[in-house]
Amino acid sequence: MCLIREFERKVDELNKSGLILGTAHLYIGMEAIAVGSCAAMEQNDLLTSTHRGHGHCIARKLDVGRMLAEIIGRADGYCRGKGGSMHIADISRGVLGADGIVGGGIPVAVGASLGMRMRKINAVVLCFFGDGASNQGCFHESINLAAVLRLPVIFICENNLWALSAPFTKTTAGGDVSKRAAAYGIPGQRVDGNDVEAVFHVVNEFAIHAREGRGPAIVECLSYRWEPHSLFTRGELRPKTEIEDWKSKDPIERYRGQLIGRKIATEKMIEQIHAEVSAELVKAVEFAKSSPPPEAETAFEDVEVRGAA
Amino acid sequence: MRQMSFAEALNQALQEEMRRDSRVFVIGEDIGRMGGLFKVTKGLLEEFGADRVIDSPISEAAIAGAGVGSALVGARPVIEFQFVDFITLAMDQVVNHAAKLRYMTGGSVSVPLVIRAPVCGGIGLGAQHSQSLEAWFVHVPGLKVVMPSTPADAKGLLKSAIRDANPVLFLEHRLLYGQTGPVPDDDFSIPIGSADIKRAGNDLTIAATGRTVPLSLTAAEKLAGEGIDVEVIDPRTLKPLDKATIVKSVKKTNRLVVVSDGWRTGGYAAEVMAVIMEECFFDLDAPIQRVCGKDVPMPVAAALQKAAMVSEDDILNACRIAVSR
Repeated sequence: MCLIREFERKVDELNKSGLILGTAHLYIGMEAIAVGSCAAMEQNDLLTSTHRGHGHCIARKLDVGRMLAEIIGRADGYCRGKGGSMHIADISRGVLGADGIVGGGIPVAVGASLGMRMRKINAVVLCFFGDGASNQGCFHESINLAAVLRLPVIFICENNLWALSAPFTKTTAGGDVSKRAAAYGIPGQRVDGNDVEAVFHVVNEFAIHAREGRGPAIVECLSYRWEPHSLFTRGELRPKTEIEDWKSKDPIERYRGQLIGRKIATEKMIEQIHAEVSAELVKAVEFAKSSPPPEAETAFEDVEVRGAA
Repeated sequence: MRQMSFAEALNQALQEEMRRDSRVFVIGEDIGRMGGLFKVTKGLLEEFGADRVIDSPISEAAIAGAGVGSALVGARPVIEFQFVDFITLAMDQVVNHAAKLRYMTGGSVSVPLVIRAPVCGGIGLGAQHSQSLEAWFVHVPGLKVVMPSTPADAKGLLKSAIRDANPVLFLEHRLLYGQTGPVPDDDFSIPIGSADIKRAGNDLTIAATGRTVPLSLTAAEKLAGEGIDVEVIDPRTLKPLDKATIVKSVKKTNRLVVVSDGWRTGGYAAEVMAVIMEECFFDLDAPIQRVCGKDVPMPVAAALQKAAMVSEDDILNACRIAVSR
C-alpha cells in the first residue's frame, strides 16, 4: 500500500515537472482494494485492470521502474512507450492489462477465464472495474455469461463514489452494485474498501468458492480517490468536506494503527517499510529517466504478430 | 477433390482444426444444438461437446470479450456473429481491444482470434441483417480481413485464420453458403494475403470480392462474346491486400473495374482504386470504374433489394465503359 501511495505521488510530481505526455489516474486513497484483493491470488490467477490501474500492477509486484518508464514514454517501459499509463500489462505476473475503456476489461476477464478453462488450468480471474463501469451494457452481458458458464471470475467493483464529475448516487439505480448479483443468482457483497484485511477476506472467500467450481461473485469495495479524476482533468467538483472526511479514513494509517495495536508490527518496522519504499522509488525514477525515448521507427512495430504462432 | 458447399467447406475446416488443436473452440448464438443459422457449425457439438462448442447468450459484447480474453491467455477462439450487423454491439471489443492490445502493450500480448460473420443481403432480411461492413474493419490497424468466394478458398483461408496469431475478421457472403465447388481432400491451407486469378484475360481487369466474384465471372463470359477478354482477380484477403497481383494485372490490361458489395461511398472499392491510382497511374488507359452496393440501407421487397445490390448488369455496364475509352 505504501509503495502504491508513494508511486502515485511520484507520478504526480513527474507530471508537474512536465515529464508526462498525456494522463494518468491516481489510485491514492484506494490502495487497500488492490492489495487486499491481490493477496487472494494464487500462481495461475489473472486480473484485468482499469484506467486507474497502477495499484493493481504494483500489488502484483510489477517493476515500478518499468512502470514509470512507460508513464513518461521511454523505451524501457512495459509497453515500449506505446501504451502509457492505461495499458501496462505483464501476463507473467497475471496482469492482462489496464484498460482505457470504462468497462472494457469486464468482457476480457470473462474471456480469459473461459480461455483458462479451455486450457484446463484452474485459475481465478479478478476483474477490477469502477462504479461507472457497472452501468455499461457489457457489465450485464459479461456477468450473465460468467454466471451461466459458472466461470471463476470475481468481479471487484471499486466504488469510489464519483465518476469524473457525476456522483454515484445520481447515476446508479439501486444504489448498490453488489446487490445486482442477486439478479444473476450469484453471491454479492459490499465491503469497506479502506480495510485491507476485510477486502482480502471477502475476495479470498469467493475465490475459494470459485476455485471449487461454484462460479463467479461480485464484491463491491467502497472507497474514495483523494485526487482529481486524472492528471489531465485536475478540476475538482467534489465537496472539500467530503474529500477531507475520506482522507481521515486513510487505509494506510488505519492499517498501521491496527498492526501496531495488534502488536504485529512496531513503529520502527513501519518506518523501515517507508524507507525501503523511498529507496525503491529513487531507483525507479532514476531508471525511468535514464531510459531513452523510443526510436521513432518502433511506432510501426507490434501492430501484428508476424508469421504463425 | 470432393464437391461440397461453401458452408460444408467451412464446417470441415472448423472440424479439422478442432481435432488438430484442443485449444480451438467456438462460441456464438445458436451454434451448438442448432449448428448455426447457416449450418456452418453443424455436428461440432456432437463431436466436441458443450465445453468447446458454446451456445452463448444473445450478448455480442460478451461473445467478443470471450474471444479476446481467451485468445490473450492462449486459447484459439472462433467466435460467430449471426449477422455482421450484430457486430455493432461488440465494436469496443473488436476495435478497441482485439485490434489494439498487442500494439498498446508493446508486443507483449497477442490476440489469436477469428471472428466469423455472414455479410450482405440477398435473402430479404432488411437493413439490419444485410450489411457489408468490411470497409470499417479494413480501416483499423491490427485487424486482418478475409472474404472468400469459393468453397476451397473458404476452407483453406479459415484454416489459416485459425492458425494466425492475430485477430482475423472472416466474412462470409450468405448467398455463397449453398454454392458448391471442388475442395481438396488433404490438409491444405491458403495463405492470408494472397489473391487468386479466377480467370485470365488481357483486355480488362476486374478486382471483385465475395459474391461478386462468381457474378463477375459470369459477366466475363458474356463479355468474351463481345470480344472483351476479362481477367478476374479475387483478393480473397481484403487486408493485407495482395497489391502485387492486381498491379501486375493492370499493367497488362491497362483497365480496371473494382466490384464490391459494400456501399460505394467510403467503401472497400475506393481503397482498391486508390492503391491502383498510386501504383499504376501511368499504366491506365481509362478511368477506373467501381461497382458497389448502392448508398441506401438494404430494403426488403425483391425489386428494391435487387436495385440496391450489385447486379451482373452493373458489372457489364462498368466493363463496357472501361473499355470504351
